[in-house]
Amino acid sequence: MPKTVGIVVFPGTNCEFDVAEAVEKVGGKYKFIFHSQTDLTDVDSIVIAGGFAHGDYLRPGAIARFSPIMEAVEEFAQSQKTVVGICNGFQVLTEAGLLPGALQKNAGLTFLCQSAVLNVTSTNTPFTSKLKLNSKVKLYINHFSGNYTCNDQTLNELKKNDRIILTYENNPNGSTENIAGICNENRNIIGLMPHPERAISDFLDSRDGLNFFNSLIQ
Amino acid sequence: MTNKAEIYTSLGLTDDEYKLIIGNLNREPNDLELAMFSVMWSEHCSYKSSRIHLKRLPTQGENVLVGPGENAGVIDVGDNLAIALRIESHNHPSAIEPTQGAATGAGGILRDIFTMGARPIALMDPLYVGPLNHPRHRWHLEGIVRGISNYGNSVGVPTVGGEIHFDSCYSGNPLVNVACVGVLEKDKLVLGQASGIGNRAILLGSTTGRDGIGGVSVLASASFDTDSSDTEKLPSVQVGDPYEEKRLIEACLELIEKGLAVGIQDLGGAGLTCATSETAARADLGMDVDISKVHLRETDMTPIEIMTSESQERMLAIVTEDNMDEVLKIAKKWEITASVIGIVTAPIDSVGYLRIFNGYENEPIAVTPAKSLADEAPLYDRPKSEPKVQEVMFPSELNFGISNEQNNVSDQAEKSTGKNSNLNIDIKSDLFNMLLKPEWIFKQYDHQLFLNTIVSPGNGAAVLRLAAPGIKKTDKAISLTTDGNPKWCAVNPYYGTYLTTVEALTNIAITGSVPQAIINCLNFGSPENPEVMWQFSQSIDGLKAACEDFMVPVVGGNVSFYNSTDNIDIDPTPVIGAIGLHPNISKIIKISDELLDDNKEFEFYVVNGPDILLQDKAFSLSGSIWATQLHGYNGGILPTIDTEQTKNFLKNIAEIVRNPDLGIVQIEDIGQGGLLLALAEMLIRFNELKSSKQQLLSDPQKIDESSTKLKLDGILGVRLIETLSINSLFSELPGRAIVQVTKENSQSFEDTLKLNSVRYYPLGSSKPDKIIINNEANVDVKEMIEHFRNSLSGYMS
Repeated sequence: MPKTVGIVVFPGTNCEFDVAEAVEKVGGKYKFIFHSQTDLTDVDSIVIAGGFAHGDYLRPGAIARFSPIMEAVEEFAQSQKTVVGICNGFQVLTEAGLLPGALQKNAGLTFLCQSAVLNVTSTNTPFTSKLKLNSKVKLYINHFSGNYTCNDQTLNELKKNDRIILTYENNPNGSTENIAGICNENRNIIGLMPHPERAISDFLDSRDGLNFFNSLIQ
Repeated sequence: MTNKAEIYTSLGLTDDEYKLIIGNLNREPNDLELAMFSVMWSEHCSYKSSRIHLKRLPTQGENVLVGPGENAGVIDVGDNLAIALRIESHNHPSAIEPTQGAATGAGGILRDIFTMGARPIALMDPLYVGPLNHPRHRWHLEGIVRGISNYGNSVGVPTVGGEIHFDSCYSGNPLVNVACVGVLEKDKLVLGQASGIGNRAILLGSTTGRDGIGGVSVLASASFDTDSSDTEKLPSVQVGDPYEEKRLIEACLELIEKGLAVGIQDLGGAGLTCATSETAARADLGMDVDISKVHLRETDMTPIEIMTSESQERMLAIVTEDNMDEVLKIAKKWEITASVIGIVTAPIDSVGYLRIFNGYENEPIAVTPAKSLADEAPLYDRPKSEPKVQEVMFPSELNFGISNEQNNVSDQAEKSTGKNSNLNIDIKSDLFNMLLKPEWIFKQYDHQLFLNTIVSPGNGAAVLRLAAPGIKKTDKAISLTTDGNPKWCAVNPYYGTYLTTVEALTNIAITGSVPQAIINCLNFGSPENPEVMWQFSQSIDGLKAACEDFMVPVVGGNVSFYNSTDNIDIDPTPVIGAIGLHPNISKIIKISDELLDDNKEFEFYVVNGPDILLQDKAFSLSGSIWATQLHGYNGGILPTIDTEQTKNFLKNIAEIVRNPDLGIVQIEDIGQGGLLLALAEMLIRFNELKSSKQQLLSDPQKIDESSTKLKLDGILGVRLIETLSINSLFSELPGRAIVQVTKENSQSFEDTLKLNSVRYYPLGSSKPDKIIINNEANVDVKEMIEHFRNSLSGYMS
């Protein structure tokens, strides 16, 4: 029975179709869940897709955290099911307090859409379990605010507990300790700035994103 | 009467136009009617100076579903799919407020596409700005790119290409053109018509405010002076909201998908006046509009302000009474404000009237035939006269393209190459001065969304999988390009436009696609200057000739006049957009990993054109970057193409590059900058790819991607065939390409070209590290790449 991934769509979200294509490509099923809904009973995991939820008004994710769906997502995560936030989804999760830290504007103060080589620093999460530890993968970043920051105590906890899952080989945006992706203490809430769904075929110049989705629909 | 005269003059109408309005109405117009006529009859909306010329363009084709005149052109691409495409300019707003000007340009063209029922899948942005050594021009470029980035990324449509040109003629008036492409199922095509008497007109989207009032007449139909008037025009610039537009896209596509819209039209230049009069005129009907129903941003707005506001992100949908509730429900879901503002009315004595009410219970405050506004602006055949080009003569060694005299071939070729020439030309320095890495621009654009981008920006024509959300995926692809060469067109607008079109078609064909259609954005100076009108008319004739020769229809276009500063008109800048169809995405050329092996050997060829070893007058330097920007030679006779040969080349090359057995590694068109620049760009691309491959395999902590220093083992260079002349190296004769082929397949490549009667000339063979030219000039490839990396970002960051 293929697993069903619920893809959260806020007004302004735009990567939902791409995530859906990646999920289908590895044999999973998907369901779009509009932000006004609160019923998550028939999905096995949640991806909050990238884009500009509510126009990124105020700050990326700042308004999305108040959408009705977010309470349901929090409950969903409490039952130890997987929640992944990609790009804007990561920003939403930090704003909602489901992941620690924050994503500031890129150090260069411009939007960046480019490839990024990433080091896989933890495979102990449901979104990275099929990857090879310490391997390098080529994904794409596409953000204005991807500069991860947190206080020293959080950073120590992230490091100590193997909660940094991806780091940039060459820091493009000023992120603390080159952090590109993290997980929560229970390891079922994952946030990352790069877009694995953009690296799923040779004609996109990388297939390295497929194993993230293979992990997810396991 | 004096009072009236003052009013209509200040609105940009002439005495004769005023008389014409009286003739149309059989009475004097009131102020509201006058304002409506002034925006609809502005140059921007009515094309009154250009229409008689545009009529000459060929617009018919088997694949053309909708030609010029609607919101966008639509072509049939098979599989029950169609593509909507359009190009527009947003030059004047961008000169005053680059960020908002460029942003609203993107917003406007997107609405033109989804109004046809098409999902927008790609934007392209050709930009022309002043040289970057001036801070104002850097401010222009930075703002324009930020505007496109902010809007395009947020609205969720990838920006997949464009071009960037620098020239002092754009110092006070940068050009921001924007093209958009959308995909739709053929049977979902919707036109901007208000058909069906009794149907309702629903205004969807943003509130109507005082922004952009008279934008078309104040901004786009007049020139700039460098005194303070730019800032006085600031209130005419609209402000965009990509989030509103994103929701508007989703809402409109949903109501079209569900078959709820009889017709739909965006509100752009001339706002409500344009949308209501055009939709009614196209259906030969009338419309009653109640402005008290319009949702407003500000209080106390006058009827004139409401009817001419150019507030962004608004659409007018024509809906049957039965479907109204469903439409309003969809609007609510997407948090879009919707107001029922009008009703389609029957013609009276076969004239459809647009009647404006401020509350239906009151008398109408404006009554005019819809067609008078939309279609009956005067057409002008403005005076034309050929300008005198200030020629700065070429030295005799390079002159054979100008005097038409064939110089002594072998002697001259020897003399005019390399550093030993008595011209003292430094080939390497000239090449370096032409290198430009556009990455600083396109990495600010999301160019990947929807997973369609197969060939990304900076690599010639963009190639996209033919697919879109909500539409089945196909194995086909489309190729998109926009090309302009104002320096050619300054020398000879007729032939310059012809050659630009050839360049665009070449860019399409060498990706493996067959050209399907042309769109054009014609950026010119003041039409009141007879020399500009002559350039414009010539340019149209050149485009017509090229489209007829190569059998491609024109499906849409845009004219932007009044591009000048302090009475100095820009060089004629027709931007030609072309779209091609590729039958199979698996046959698109990609440089595979095994080709990056150090031991691989390659051959390089020039395909089509005259023999590169001859001093053929086709290799004129006239109008080239080398001549005009690096050495200050103007005028001359442009390079000339052999039409029959080029037809054959364009016909065959697409199929040849799709053949996987010919060892083709990459193919690059020869255009601006000429042969040497094209070759340099190929080597840079190949070596950069190799470098990033090595990076992926290397140890961590060794690479600094942001550095301008290249770290690479085994750099690919080329030893060029001897003896190439300066003309061969730098002439911009288009309709040609350089092809890099693996050595082991080079024979079958040559055989295939012979079989198809496509001319080719060996250009050189791979050698490590250097470009060796005539055994004299050496270009260090590593140094070249480092220079390239810093070429634009060095100015902008």
